[in-house]
Amino acid sequence: MERLPSWVRQHVAALRAVAVLTVLLGIVYPLVTTGVAQALFNDHANGSIIEKGGKSVGSALIGQSFTDADGDPIRRYFQSRPSAAGDGYDPTSTSASNLGPEDIVDTLPVPGAQDEEGDLDEGKQSLLTKVCTRSKAVGALEGVSGARPYCTPDGVGAVLKVFPDRAVSVNQACPATPFVTAYQGLKVECARPGEDYAAGKTVPVRGDAGTPAVPSDAVTASASGLDPHISVAYAGLQAPRVATERGLDRARVEQLIKEHTVGRALGFMGEPAVNVLELNLALDRS
Amino acid sequence: MGATPAGMIFIVSLIAALALVWKPFGDHMYRVYSTSRHNRVERVVYRLLGVRTDMEQSWPVYARGLLAFSVVSILVVYGVQRLQNKLPLSLGMEPVTDHIAWNTAISFVTNTNWQAYSGESTMGHLTQMAALAVQNFVSAAVGMAVAVALVRGFARRRSSTIGNFWVDLVRGSLRVLLPIAFAGALVLVAGGLVQNFSDVQEVGTLTGGTQGITGGPVASQEVIKELGTNGGGFYNANSAHPFENPTSWTNWFEIFLILVIPFSLTRTFGKLVGQVRQGYAILAVMAVLALASVLLTNVFELSGNATVPQAAGAALEGKELRFGVSNSATFAASTTLTSTGAVNSIHDSYTPFGGMMTLLNMMLGEVAPGGVGAGLYGMLILAVITVFVAGLMVGRTPEYLGKKIGAREIKLASLYLLVTPVLVLVGTAFAMGSAEQRASMLNTGPHGLSEVLYAFTSASNNNGSAFAGLTVNTPWYDVALGLCMLFGRFLPMILVLALAGSLAAQAPVREGAGTLPTHRPQFVGLVIGVTVILVALTFLPALALGPIAEGLS
Repeated sequence: MERLPSWVRQHVAALRAVAVLTVLLGIVYPLVTTGVAQALFNDHANGSIIEKGGKSVGSALIGQSFTDADGDPIRRYFQSRPSAAGDGYDPTSTSASNLGPEDIVDTLPVPGAQDEEGDLDEGKQSLLTKVCTRSKAVGALEGVSGARPYCTPDGVGAVLKVFPDRAVSVNQACPATPFVTAYQGLKVECARPGEDYAAGKTVPVRGDAGTPAVPSDAVTASASGLDPHISVAYAGLQAPRVATERGLDRARVEQLIKEHTVGRALGFMGEPAVNVLELNLALDRS
Repeated sequence: MGATPAGMIFIVSLIAALALVWKPFGDHMYRVYSTSRHNRVERVVYRLLGVRTDMEQSWPVYARGLLAFSVVSILVVYGVQRLQNKLPLSLGMEPVTDHIAWNTAISFVTNTNWQAYSGESTMGHLTQMAALAVQNFVSAAVGMAVAVALVRGFARRRSSTIGNFWVDLVRGSLRVLLPIAFAGALVLVAGGLVQNFSDVQEVGTLTGGTQGITGGPVASQEVIKELGTNGGGFYNANSAHPFENPTSWTNWFEIFLILVIPFSLTRTFGKLVGQVRQGYAILAVMAVLALASVLLTNVFELSGNATVPQAAGAALEGKELRFGVSNSATFAASTTLTSTGAVNSIHDSYTPFGGMMTLLNMMLGEVAPGGVGAGLYGMLILAVITVFVAGLMVGRTPEYLGKKIGAREIKLASLYLLVTPVLVLVGTAFAMGSAEQRASMLNTGPHGLSEVLYAFTSASNNNGSAFAGLTVNTPWYDVALGLCMLFGRFLPMILVLALAGSLAAQAPVREGAGTLPTHRPQFVGLVIGVTVILVALTFLPALALGPIAEGLS
């Protein structure tokens, strides 16, 4: 060693350092931690799996979809939030939408058009339109109004592209009736798919919808796509439907919601939320 | 209790906890880096390394050791990823593609943890724990080593050496990081994190479908990912994933882990230079900037001022319900104020000004409190610049901690401050100049520019968080961002070590009537002013075209 030039010695030491530290920090440390964690907190360390009748039905920490094969909500179950993980609540492909707060203009699908691979053109929904569409669907499911600010009655983003001589309701494909007939004296037209409206000035229109009946978490996707919780308000909105479907007393369902609500830790950390899988399991039991 | 008061108590409780450990933990690190005794494990390690611990190193030797260690680390991490299908615990994962493996190797060695891949579908367990998580430890220890070397430069008189790199590396890893990581990992498992070596476990769901539950040594990696301000998630969803961050209190604990070393190092600094009050001053600068940023991010997110949050009723897109808006914003500010880059919510979907805060935090140079070690040396560079500016104003030779800030010192400090802005702005300009690279943007308009600007800011400052709508697993972005991470990490480090060497060689000057006291509120205010003005002058035009344009439209 001592005879080697110093830069070679440094690299030999570096190689040895990486090897030694890898063994200590990359092998011994995780192995020991796993051993102790498995011994002390076996259930947690293995994913907090919930069992029902001897079969595992998921993890208490990981959200699930409560939909049928067609993706429609199963009415006797409380529904989770929208999810951007794979086809929804796929833990092998966790993700958020990553869409921005001003993502409000759709790319409308051109009927009959195909992309390079021969698939039908599906366009691209903006985040605003996703919110409006979800709100309308949840409203319909729960028998309340799905109206919200910046949404059209037909459930897309209420956004105009304004040109000097006309205005276009850019998310409403013709032959839809625009949500307003005129904007500052300009006639509002429906949007023709495939036409480029980029040059127009973007004007989202708030409209006169008051406080929406459908809560925020019901229309937004979470960060992980696996959010196991819904808000207390969203659970409350779903309670009448679930009670009717199951022929249960509404008070009983509300009691169960209360029992499966996780409050703020120490009274100030996080937000109160309802664990959907555990709530649905409790319903199945009662 | 409303969401806002609860969120404020959350912040106050974090401050209280950090204040509580500041002195004992800072003193502990002081002893780690200044004692001459090696413990038994360390002596074995040094023998295996074949290094002499009785000899200290001059700054070029120290820097060469650091670079040699980092080069070897990059090669090893690259190699493990490329060969993972031939190694145990691969879970059947393919070898990682060359450009992603290269980018990831640099990313973890530079303490950035930028992730151009999705953990659960790319990396086997062995790659995660024996390649990536090892770098979470040692890259953090390297950062602390450089910071301590710089502080020694201030503390020593007429010395030709600044410490021994191998000793600093091993002590940082084994004495500072490892014990907290072990205890912290168990706390996290108690909170619900998984810690096993299972493959994906198919379980039936309540409605008769199936769901693949992903396992792995997650807690042991999560804890060091936060503690070492690394940020690379085991899963794609990072700290938003219920298996990485299952409850509101694990969220609190993870934020605490992120902030504890960077803040406590100011105490270590004060002890090492023999004037604890100097540590208070640096702490005050960091704390004022950090608190302002955390509060502003909270205000912007809670008010939800943008079209989609208004339509939804709250800025909940890309946020987890168990954390809520306020705690998510606090995490986002903490992760970008340090060099962590872990996320528990999706910055891309933040309100324009909330998202801008995360960008701005990184543009500050991650000094409030910054990455482990990197935050302290970054802040000391700003203190050097400040005494220089103050010296110019009153016409005195600037000095800091008894050392003259001469031409050589100020050149090194100025170069340090130029490196990242050049990388960020030139990189963004190149990407925006090419139609092919622009096509990677998910969002259009100003938000698209923000995505690209964020990517280069994050890489060059070694943060690692993203406006993740941008598709970055292309060869061009992997290479460009990899280079930004590499230069953004090691050029500043070499400059800092050179500065340490030149300071250590000086004889201290006696404090005179013209010396600017650097422990008083006046100096704290000056450093804050210099920091904010430097950042504003450098980045305001870019911010005006991105988040500000979006927020005001």
